[in-house]
Amino acid sequence: MPFQSQVPPGELSEKWKQYRSSMPLVAPNNKRRLEVIIVGTGLAGGAAAATFGELGYKVKVFTFHDSPRRAHSIAAQGGINAAKNYQNDGDSVYRLFYDTIKGGDYRSREANVHRLAEVSVNIIDQAVAQGVPFARDYGGLLANRSFGGVQVSRTFYARGQTGQQLLLGAYQSLSRQISLGNVELFNRHEMIDLVMEDGKARGIIARNLLTGETERHAAHAVVLGTGGYGNVFYLSTNAMNSNGSAAWRAVKQGAYMANPCFTQIHPTCIPVSGEYQSKLTLMSESLRNDGRVWVPKSQDDAAAIREGRKTGLDIAEGDRDYYLERRYPAFGNLVPRDVASRAAKTACDEGLGVSPTGLAVYLDFDAAITRYGKSKAHSQNEHNADKNRIRELGVAVIEEKYGNLFEMYEKITGEDPYVMPMKIYPAVHYTMGGLWVDYNLQTNIPGLFAIGEANFSDHGANRLGASALMQGLADGYFVLPYTIGTFLSQEIRNPQVDPDGPAFMEAEAKAQERVNRLMGINGSKSPETFHRELGKIMWEYCGMARNAEGLQKGRRMIRELREEFWRDVYVPGQIKEYNPELEKALRVADFLELGELMMLDALDRAESCGGHFREEYQTEDGEALRRDDEFAYVSAWEWDDTDPILHKEELIFENVELKTRSYK
Amino acid sequence: MTSWFAKFLTSSIGKKVIMSLTGLFLISFLLVHLLGNLQLILAQDQGQTFNEYAYFMTHNPVIKFLSYGLYAFILIHAIQGLLLAYNNRKARGDQRYAVKVDRTAGASKSSIYMGSLGTVILIFIVIHMAQFWLQMKLGNTEMVVYDEEPVKDLYTLVAAVYQNIGFVIFYVVAMIFIAFHLWHGFQSAWQTLGLNHKKYTPLIKAVGYVYSVLIPLGFAAIPVIMFLRQQ
Amino acid sequence: MENMKLKLRIWRQGGKYPKGQFVEYPLDGVNDHMSFLEMLDVLNEKLISQKEDPIAFEHDCREGICGTCSLVINGYPHGPMQQTTACQLHMRNFRDGETITIEPWRSRAFPIVKDLVVNRDAFDRIIQAGGYISIDTGQAQDGNAIPIEKDQASHAFDAATCIGCGACVAACPNASAMLFLGAKVSHLAQVPQGKVEAETRVQRMVHQHDVEGFGQCSNITACEAECPKGISVEHIARLNRQYIASTIGSEKVAN
Repeated sequence: MPFQSQVPPGELSEKWKQYRSSMPLVAPNNKRRLEVIIVGTGLAGGAAAATFGELGYKVKVFTFHDSPRRAHSIAAQGGINAAKNYQNDGDSVYRLFYDTIKGGDYRSREANVHRLAEVSVNIIDQAVAQGVPFARDYGGLLANRSFGGVQVSRTFYARGQTGQQLLLGAYQSLSRQISLGNVELFNRHEMIDLVMEDGKARGIIARNLLTGETERHAAHAVVLGTGGYGNVFYLSTNAMNSNGSAAWRAVKQGAYMANPCFTQIHPTCIPVSGEYQSKLTLMSESLRNDGRVWVPKSQDDAAAIREGRKTGLDIAEGDRDYYLERRYPAFGNLVPRDVASRAAKTACDEGLGVSPTGLAVYLDFDAAITRYGKSKAHSQNEHNADKNRIRELGVAVIEEKYGNLFEMYEKITGEDPYVMPMKIYPAVHYTMGGLWVDYNLQTNIPGLFAIGEANFSDHGANRLGASALMQGLADGYFVLPYTIGTFLSQEIRNPQVDPDGPAFMEAEAKAQERVNRLMGINGSKSPETFHRELGKIMWEYCGMARNAEGLQKGRRMIRELREEFWRDVYVPGQIKEYNPELEKALRVADFLELGELMMLDALDRAESCGGHFREEYQTEDGEALRRDDEFAYVSAWEWDDTDPILHKEELIFENVELKTRSYK
Repeated sequence: MTSWFAKFLTSSIGKKVIMSLTGLFLISFLLVHLLGNLQLILAQDQGQTFNEYAYFMTHNPVIKFLSYGLYAFILIHAIQGLLLAYNNRKARGDQRYAVKVDRTAGASKSSIYMGSLGTVILIFIVIHMAQFWLQMKLGNTEMVVYDEEPVKDLYTLVAAVYQNIGFVIFYVVAMIFIAFHLWHGFQSAWQTLGLNHKKYTPLIKAVGYVYSVLIPLGFAAIPVIMFLRQQ
Repeated sequence: MENMKLKLRIWRQGGKYPKGQFVEYPLDGVNDHMSFLEMLDVLNEKLISQKEDPIAFEHDCREGICGTCSLVINGYPHGPMQQTTACQLHMRNFRDGETITIEPWRSRAFPIVKDLVVNRDAFDRIIQAGGYISIDTGQAQDGNAIPIEKDQASHAFDAATCIGCGACVAACPNASAMLFLGAKVSHLAQVPQGKVEAETRVQRMVHQHDVEGFGQCSNITACEAECPKGISVEHIARLNRQYIASTIGSEKVAN
């Protein structure tokens, strides 16, 4: 199978322009004959489906949700980056490219990232034209804000619901294509296998989630925009139904999985409150602009807080350890996500955690409230304001800035964050890894493409804030609609693919057999139980800090768990009905393999970079130690039940110099 | 009429517009009706002013024409309202909620019961018209002569009815129903026509509340005062 | 509170209960930090361990934005707390020993799939009828080419914040979808890009709304009261305005 990055030659800044102009095209009359299946209707899948419909392809789009509008892209809060330089603060395509490469700790492909930065500007134009109500300044022009780890203001936003508004824009464009008959929507349909014919991806087997029937769908090409696999950890900020199965089904057919161990742990999430916890809720990164992170200096104080004998308010200023400010004086509370997350873990590992589970640190706004209160009092000429008045004024400022977040926190925890310091803890948020794709976003399986979070391409070992939306829409609107032509232009002589052909019948029979097997086990434990168990193993051994011994142990444990799953899982209900437990079981079965591959990848990568921290590879003061000489590659794994095979794509940096990130 | 208009009137918004416009007409009618009827108690002249007013109302061609419009509007408002209530009930589906709540934002609770309120009011109107309008048109109303002109003595007819405490109570209760119906109906009519404005809507609401109290109060005062005067 | 005892009265439909009926489930050991859906997870795990059919309910993001969850709790769509989706509702809002009644959205246009799960395809079809701006990818001019007044953009956002959950229909005594419809019409009518095809849009979307069998709005405002995003009926007024103007005040004949 081909394993070439297909990066076109030429100057970095000219590659995409030249390539786009010289790429093979498909004539309109041929487009009408060519069928494309798109799985997933998030930012990437929805945008691609709409655009393909506009271009004239025959499109079938699949989502397991009841509506394309529910994809988890909808939950993105912060914003979307674009190198518009509307603020005249020195931003440029190159700067966005550079920030992204550096933020990813130099583990992504230069050419892909540069293309991403180039098309970022088109995304904003497109979204505005779709009616997305971005935030605006008083002059009526688009507003921007800045985001973690970046020195310019390039993030466009729509309150705290940017993902929602962008997804609805794509959803509406998709709806238009559906009404025009260019796109056929299959909602409540889950892809349960990929169909290959003559070495090419030719269709999918889907399960109709309402009836439980399996269906065969054929096309000239298959596109997966099925999101990330963060739910392998069970607890994450992902939606409950987000899963890695579509991508994993492709891997089982020979597609390579790239950098699976690169997961992003977000530092500011609401901590776990108990065993029943089903998911974790993110609190926007922007809170770290004003909040100070701390734990008590003494373990006794921490224990007293955990047992409810004391609260954070009882700890005197001198007995608090503002550990980020202490360890990283230059960046303080605003260190990047991976650094902040690890530091919280270290504090809790030392027995300084402040929630009953021991897994939480404080995010304290008291200082900010006083500071803002004083400045507000001053600006209002209240020079004799007493402590309470200052507090009152300060709280008003904080409320204006973060009111909705504070409200959400109170709803979930029942604690008033204006009085008690917030408790936060890191949680799995995003997976940088994904299906290996070349410059055309084609996997190593001809005719199979992966876009958005489902591929590995642009974020390296760590994704910057507000870049996920950018990448999903770039892939869907502006990259794949061009690059898919390189494959489809070769397909114009091929007739309709027959969904009743032997390959399809065989794939369907296999998929049905897998479902039957699951239902037939009739064991004693629910799919949820196994998922929770898997999550614990993943978090313990492949979470924020990893080491060889733990990873080996974790891999063994997953194998045992997988074996137990196939022996003892109990899936209630029937196959041919609406059966969410069966859906869950199918997804957990795939996670149980994917999790093992993540352990393996983390074990192979004997360095620390981005979201991947190997305890063996750190500097004397506990910072990540990247090893560019040995590990400047993309690991692309070919699945094998006993021993997955590693393929390496060397990363070549011609335009940026590899530097060590320092925040001290 | 052309099909676009029929389509408009049968769309869910068109149907509401019909309710709104007929409702607004009926609302304005109430004021005229009340001003006339107040002659029953204000002009203490054994009904002469009232009877002359009634004579004018039944003989002026313009008013006569308007009155047919009024009957039509009452019928349209009632029939359309009942059809809407039926359709809306159907839209809920076969199974209804086991637990019923009545939380609203901005509108009063009476908004939920407009159909029931309206049905009671319809029954009231039928009785009311049978009692007075039909009597006047077909019944043998006594005649009185003012300035050599024979006029039907509607006043005596009304006074006779309002001697009965049962009818007085019936009329007062009916006015309470009308008050609740108006309480929502007045502001709702404007919302349906698309008039929801940060500056003007509070004013419309205030006028509506005052109107829906004062008008029924005025109507209710007539039977009560006439009853008391005859004791 | 660590150990709340509840009595759950849950609508079951399909499978063992073909016609649909309430079934009562006692549940102990409920922690008041649990979200409402986590409480149902606990019940389902218990049912599965007893080899009983778990209760089907829809949910996904569990952070109040995807619009998937759809429970009528004690008569209130998304439960008694206003501006809160069922997934963001926590058990500390209930009392120990309380009986909680859980029903699905009830509307002829939202047929029941199973138990508490309904089919909301009608909403997609309303959007497909015209809830978009007709622009192909790549046709857009620069994002700053047309300034939009800040408040205007903000009003458009107030409408655009709709999560498409259907609580408005569930809450409306008339099962009308005017708030959902009005929110989209109002959003797109308030941005200059959307004004171009505003007349056609409102005609087609209202028509689709009626075809789907939703009821007619009588301005009760229960929709606004139960809307998890607090979308105002002011947007329904704008919808009415648009519709009347696009019919009476337009030379265009809708098709």
